[in-house]
Amino acid sequence: MASLDDLKKRISSVKSTQKITKAMKMVAAAKLRKAQENAERGRPYSKKMSNIILNLSNGITDAENAPKLLTGTGQDKVHLCIVMTADRGLCGGFNSNIIKKAKAFFHKISKSGKELKIITVGSKGYDQLKRLYKSKIIERISFKESKNANFFDADKVGKIIIDKFEKKEFDVCTIFYNQFKNVITQIPQEQQIIPLITNEEKDKPSEENYEFEPDEDEILANLLPKNISTQIFKAMLENSASEQGSRMSAMDNATRNAGEMVDKLTIKYNRSRQAAITKELIEIISGAESL
Amino acid sequence: MEQFNLEIISPEKSFLIKNDALEVVVPAIEGYMGILKDHTPIISFLKPGIIDVKLNNESLNFYVDDGVVEFKNNTLSILTSNIFDIKDINKNNVDIIIKDAEEELKKENIKDQDRFILEKKIEVLNSLNIN
Repeated sequence: MASLDDLKKRISSVKSTQKITKAMKMVAAAKLRKAQENAERGRPYSKKMSNIILNLSNGITDAENAPKLLTGTGQDKVHLCIVMTADRGLCGGFNSNIIKKAKAFFHKISKSGKELKIITVGSKGYDQLKRLYKSKIIERISFKESKNANFFDADKVGKIIIDKFEKKEFDVCTIFYNQFKNVITQIPQEQQIIPLITNEEKDKPSEENYEFEPDEDEILANLLPKNISTQIFKAMLENSASEQGSRMSAMDNATRNAGEMVDKLTIKYNRSRQAAITKELIEIISGAESL
Repeated sequence: MEQFNLEIISPEKSFLIKNDALEVVVPAIEGYMGILKDHTPIISFLKPGIIDVKLNNESLNFYVDDGVVEFKNNTLSILTSNIFDIKDINKNNVDIIIKDAEEELKKENIKDQDRFILEKKIEVLNSLNIN
């Protein structure tokens, strides 16, 4: 059995760990509120953007000359996957959930004989994917320096994607990120951004007869690259809210576990102390009796 | 005068929401476009320029880099990633932006469309005359 001294040390070490996890939980909670606000404020833009694009694509009559970003290259050979994760760990299953989802998708792609290319955004994603898919990763992006998700960063990623698309380096582009539902639940998402699928909504005829200036095609050609950045930005916002939420609940659990552990160890400590005292008493009494 | 709704939205937040706009002039790609109440539904996109907003009792001016405008049901929505109030900017900031744009223009493999946008940007910013 561990000596009293060992137990004491153990208790104090668990207690200091508990302090750290508690502090991390507080920080995450504060950041979460902000990230959630940001995510909320970012929604009108992306919603309006997809609305306008929907209206525009309904107006397109000549499908053959429509921008490639909307309709695709007509092929389905090379898949580009953007895996968006956090730059920091200690946030429960946040990163591994995205990776799990992405890996399942990668598996499907390679099984069907298509070519796979990966861009990782956030360093944790790269760390987890490099063992299996190192040769497939064509670019790794990390925004460690940026405090909050900002549109400038998203635009950078968007430009890289567009650039690669124009060079015909891939046919289909999918992004992976966590959708923030609430603090306990984040749902890993895969979302195809090139070509943009609007099939589910396409049946709805547009209620308004818009005037376009210049024509639809030209507006779309200008708008679609922006939409890519917008989608990336949306994913970044959702991700950062999810990351903080996930970290908060993970740290909450850790704090609780540490508390339980301290309780158990304290009981053990008290018992051993009591046992030692009893032993000494018995020794004294039996010594006295034998006289 | 008759009023309509105006919303200017940037990716980060809703930049400006007003319901007493009288007239808004936006720098559409094919020329400045004035919008009044009951304009026909329209979608267009912007080039660098000045948005001129006349409200019931004040008027506002914003500089934009790019963006999309949509007008329908007497609501004018402007989506833009780079916008600032002309009152809030100073000469240093403008100089930095102009310098960046000039650098960009010097690149060789630049597309005609981008060249046009950048030149326009420099022209507009220079004409602001901010000290």
